[in-house]
Amino acid sequence: MTTAATASTAATRSRRDFSATSADLRGFREVQRLAYACAEAVAGQLKPGVTEREAARMQRRWLRERGVTDWFHLPFAWFGDRTAFVNFRIPLQFFPTDRALEPGMPFILDMAPVYQGYTADIGYSGCLGLSPLHDRLLADLEAHRELLLREVRERRPLREIYEDVERLMVRQGYANRHRAYPFGVIAHKVDRVRQRRWSPTLFGFGTQSLKGLASDALHGHREGWSPLWSPYRFSDHPPQPGLWAVEPHLGFRGVGAKFEEILVVTDSRDPEESAFWLDDDLPHVRRWQEEKAA
Amino acid sequence: MSEAVGESGETSVSTALEGARERRIATGGIELSVAELGDPARPTVLLVHGYPDSKEVWSRVAPLLAERFHVVLYDVRGCGRSTAPQPLRGGYTLEKLTDDFLAVADAVSPDRPVHLVGHDWGSVQSWEFVTVPRTQGRIASFTSMSGPSLDHFGHWIKKRMTRPTPRRAAQLLNQAAKSWYVYMLHTPALPELAWKGPLGKRWPKILERVEKIPAGDYPTASLPTDAAHGAWLYRDNVRTRLRHPRTDAYAHCPVQLITPTGDAFLSERLYDELEQWVPQLTRRTLPAKHWVPRTRPDQLAAWIEEFVTAKDEGDPAKEVAARGRYADRFGGRLVLVTGAASGIGRATAFAFAEAGARVVVVDRDAEGAARTADMARLIGAGAAWAEAVDVADEAAMEKLAEKVAAEYGIVDVLVNNAGIGLSGSFLETTSEDWKKVLDVNLWGVIHGCRIFGRQMAERGQGGHIVNTASAAAYQPSKTLPAYSTSKAAVLMLSECLRAELAGQGIGVTAVCPGLVNTSITTTSHVAGVSPEEEKRRQSKAARLYGIRNYPPEKVADAILRAVVRNQAVVPVTPEARGSRALSRFAPRALRAIARIEPL
Ligand SMILES: NC(=O)c1ccc[n+]([C@@H]2O[C@H](COP(=O)([O-])OP(=O)(O)OC[C@H]3O[C@@H](n4cnc5c(N)ncnc54)[C@H](O)[C@@H]3O)[C@@H](O)[C@H]2O)c1
Repeated sequence: MTTAATASTAATRSRRDFSATSADLRGFREVQRLAYACAEAVAGQLKPGVTEREAARMQRRWLRERGVTDWFHLPFAWFGDRTAFVNFRIPLQFFPTDRALEPGMPFILDMAPVYQGYTADIGYSGCLGLSPLHDRLLADLEAHRELLLREVRERRPLREIYEDVERLMVRQGYANRHRAYPFGVIAHKVDRVRQRRWSPTLFGFGTQSLKGLASDALHGHREGWSPLWSPYRFSDHPPQPGLWAVEPHLGFRGVGAKFEEILVVTDSRDPEESAFWLDDDLPHVRRWQEEKAA
Repeated sequence: MSEAVGESGETSVSTALEGARERRIATGGIELSVAELGDPARPTVLLVHGYPDSKEVWSRVAPLLAERFHVVLYDVRGCGRSTAPQPLRGGYTLEKLTDDFLAVADAVSPDRPVHLVGHDWGSVQSWEFVTVPRTQGRIASFTSMSGPSLDHFGHWIKKRMTRPTPRRAAQLLNQAAKSWYVYMLHTPALPELAWKGPLGKRWPKILERVEKIPAGDYPTASLPTDAAHGAWLYRDNVRTRLRHPRTDAYAHCPVQLITPTGDAFLSERLYDELEQWVPQLTRRTLPAKHWVPRTRPDQLAAWIEEFVTAKDEGDPAKEVAARGRYADRFGGRLVLVTGAASGIGRATAFAFAEAGARVVVVDRDAEGAARTADMARLIGAGAAWAEAVDVADEAAMEKLAEKVAAEYGIVDVLVNNAGIGLSGSFLETTSEDWKKVLDVNLWGVIHGCRIFGRQMAERGQGGHIVNTASAAAYQPSKTLPAYSTSKAAVLMLSECLRAELAGQGIGVTAVCPGLVNTSITTTSHVAGVSPEEEKRRQSKAARLYGIRNYPPEKVADAILRAVVRNQAVVPVTPEARGSRALSRFAPRALRAIARIEPL
């Protein structure tokens, strides 16, 4: 995976930058690819009877074996109607359960490893067996990736972009399921994390990353922005430079699908440079391209 | 099979079964009158009638099936034009009836299994056919209506007698009360006298009045003898089988069970444990009384056709795929929803789709309607079509109704849901504003009810109309005078129509949602304010509704439930139920709320 990362075209492009150097971007890209590689590897091993807990453990083991020691959050796995967060009321319900995968069930793997000080947060949606409905949800996510980038480049307030994404989902016939996340966020900032010998987690979240998020929140609070991209007033500000893990999540009658990946926001005046997806060589993006080619 | 047709002196019968070819089949000392319709090369559907009936009970169903199948009907021994066994006692055992069935099946479809359909005693017999070993391989599928297996029934009773929980005892008593006629029929000679005398004469009128069977060429003249002979069906079988039910009565073919919910003779509970006897069971329910072949022929024919086609081709793709909560009730039925490109209408279309209905998606937003139809197909709709129509446009609605009737059929469930919002004080509301809101919210509903309701009534096979009113229909407010007025009118219209159509088996429901998170907030016009202020209020309302976040899917669920239960007025959301209660018990409180300043 790491060799592929260096070959990325985006990496060689020079970017006017907020604080992350191109070396930094390379680091983030590398861990994001590692995480997606993990998702694909684990997804390939899922079969009927595997439980969410087992799938989460498989992700954890796969990444640990490749040098991951810290997490923004520990891996999640959601199966069946839990992909659409049906009847979720409390955050504890996000944690993996003993629900077993069955033929035809959708699933989502969501993990946020820290690797050599760089954080990724990714979401991977799949389905065990053929499902035209699930295919449709995945295909319909593409418009959201385009809309998000376009409106961030236009420097629209995050809260308004949030509402536009939601409107598009509703027009498509879906429910906005990222509303179920804490604070209803569609995205949150991620950052470099100092490497420690001991990196404990708290409710599945890495303490180092939580600390980073908290200090961002404090910082932002003074300057009028928030590291959480939500439907609330505290997100009524233009995109803040930095790295955002963006996760639009569609739900439709017990089937959910999402992607999650890093959007880089800079303070460049050039629209193209002001915001871009960290990497365009990701499974869901390749899938859309293949569909178009076919 | 075609050579088998002509062999035994085929004649045409001039009965209610127009164009049927009759032949007589001799078996076990009697002669059965067998009628055939349709192409003998097609799969054979064999219809077995009940008591007190003759094969003509199928006269409204058979022609519909004959378009696709080789349809065969016969008069059960001693009924219609079939001869009776001598002596009668002992001549009606299920074993002998099975002989008759096999004789007919072998004559009309010697080398392919038949698809069996039975009503009432025809179904009771057929259960015997599909559960005894000697017919194995001769039956491809069985559709049962209003006639349980005596063996299953026997076990059902036993279970309730030996382990009588209060609920089981109640079920037992309930069914016992419905079975009065069975005891009557066990008395010797009296039933024969009654049938040949006054009961036989009055029977057609009784059917018409109590069972809502349309008058016409049914029952036929042979009724008194059919009924008198048929008493032996009960006497020869019921007591012995209920006392000693077979323990191996497992169905060896797929079964479709059609249960009329208003059956005066059979409790729905009888079938609760049927899965244990039938490995491949498809359940259907319909709101109707006992004689569904007379009162709901279109629906029966559609379900039989779908089931037979799927089982005959053994194509899993053609299997009934719907898994929604009410699939038994709405599978294959035609549902039309207006305003279905968005919000509540779209969620309702999806809920019906999930239950396997065929859905007509109507909206003036063509693109949104197409999207709804697309998604509906993906989640199990039998079919889905999008129609771009403005419900306020009477001519367009007339055209839509013509097209729907011609291409998709008569609508079974109509949901008049399209509506628009309008807020602003009365004095600020222009007559243009009024006209717009009444055109859609009231006239749209009137057109829908009038045009599609007439088609439903003319078909005479029941149906249901749902109108989306609103909690605003009974909750006054100084901010929504025009909207609330339009919805109050819809509520009253629904109540009146319900009264009018009740006699025709057509239910009418008004649903009254409170605040539901849909795009109505951003499309509602605000009277008497600047465009900027309108926009501001719209997004404020949108955020409020977003925080309230009551999903339209829940309204859709309430709509399906209301149709199943035939409810009159259904408030949805806690605030809608609350203000409904206030409107009845504390109207002054409601009036106080009406004065509260808007957002
Ligand atoms: N959302 C609520 O809080 C709420 C509360 C009570 C009642 N209602 C009622 O529920 C119904 C559905 O509303 P919704 O909330 O889903 O709104 P919505 O705006 O999401 O959907 C209404 C749909 O009706 C369509 N429509 C409007 N006028 C039409 C016309 N003349 N012909 C054809 N289609 C037309 C629109 O294009 C839209 O697709 C309306 O009758 C509304 O008054 C809504």
